[in-house]
Amino acid sequence: MASQSKKVLMDPLFNNNPIGLQILGICSALAVTTNMTVSLVMCLAVIFVLCLSNFFIAVIRSQIPSNIRIIVQMTIIASLVIVVDQILKAYAYDISQQLSVFVGLIITNCIVLGRAEAFAMQNPPGIAFIDGLGNALGYSVVLMVVAFFREFFGAGSLFGVQILVPVSEGGFYEPNGLFLLPPSAFFIIGFMIWALRVWKPEQIEEDEFEIRPNVNKEAF
Amino acid sequence: MFEELLGLFITAIFVENMALAFFLGMCTFLAISKKVDAAVGLGIAVVVVLGVTVPVNNLIYAYILQEGALSWISEDLAAVDLSFLGYLSYIGVIAALVQIIEMFLDKYIPKLYNALGVFLPLITVNCAILGGSLFMVERDYNFSESVVYGLGAGIGWALAIAALAGIREKLKYSDIPPGLRGLGITFIATGLMSLGFMSFSGIQL
Repeated sequence: MASQSKKVLMDPLFNNNPIGLQILGICSALAVTTNMTVSLVMCLAVIFVLCLSNFFIAVIRSQIPSNIRIIVQMTIIASLVIVVDQILKAYAYDISQQLSVFVGLIITNCIVLGRAEAFAMQNPPGIAFIDGLGNALGYSVVLMVVAFFREFFGAGSLFGVQILVPVSEGGFYEPNGLFLLPPSAFFIIGFMIWALRVWKPEQIEEDEFEIRPNVNKEAF
Repeated sequence: MFEELLGLFITAIFVENMALAFFLGMCTFLAISKKVDAAVGLGIAVVVVLGVTVPVNNLIYAYILQEGALSWISEDLAAVDLSFLGYLSYIGVIAALVQIIEMFLDKYIPKLYNALGVFLPLITVNCAILGGSLFMVERDYNFSESVVYGLGAGIGWALAIAALAGIREKLKYSDIPPGLRGLGITFIATGLMSLGFMSFSGIQL
């Protein structure tokens, strides 16, 4: 049991990362990563929603009729997101303004529904909670790494604390504005996936086509 | 009035492209863009669903959820603010409408139904659909604006996925480093597309 929970918890971090391999939950990963504080809040929100939604869905998994299960899951998830949203609005209003619609979009974040469908519907609550935690942490790792690069190179700061002083304030660093724009997030994640797959070669996708070696000598 | 709506339409398609500027609907965007046919089918489905759900959610917001919206029932309800129920109602409306559209197409336009196939149910969890409704609320669109915005956003998304599918069909013949194959190179290609779409951002309408 102990080793199973450890596997369920650790696997999604690198071996079966939700963003890097399962293609889940990418939307918000890209949009909220221009600064680390906002991303951290987003990660906490996702960890909260994913753990509890997995837990509650697992608790009532045998009572859910299978033909309306999506609606039932959606209702549970949406209620949890409303709780998060109200808490953020009450205690961290500025950050909730910056996250704008993306807190609401946790509802349709495919990680949450994907894990509910794939794991929570078949497993008891305890292990489902751990699976939620593992996947949310896997998501958070990617989010924080992307946010680190974007804030560090784009604004020269980390968590809002200035580290590289930009030229406009008498320092030496010329901020790279591209890192604050949407496309940079795609490049960073693309290269992260590359790095991850060089480290763990079993994740490399099969080539769809093999180019036939050139047998016709006259072609040379 | 007409010019404003046209401006909103063009903005929704190009300048504020759902997929490439706001990253909405990315999961389906990356997962179902391997073939052009499938991508176009999904794109059409998104246009239809966004074009219907955004105006319907607009009505729900304006007449039920907004603060003071219930005053059309009786004066006593004027102080009721149900906007915290927003997420739950929007996703409910979307799930229900997708189901209704599916049944309607099955009965009356079976050809389109067969073409869309598995994509319709998938759309319920497409962030672009819920995102459209949330942006509509955040930006305070009125009914006619929300119709135009819904359609425009859908067309923009469809355009982006069709373009990406075209690129990926060519990409699969290229010699890519093993670690970058598949998902990695798709991210980078999308990044380049997004960079291209940014050139629209200077347009003021």
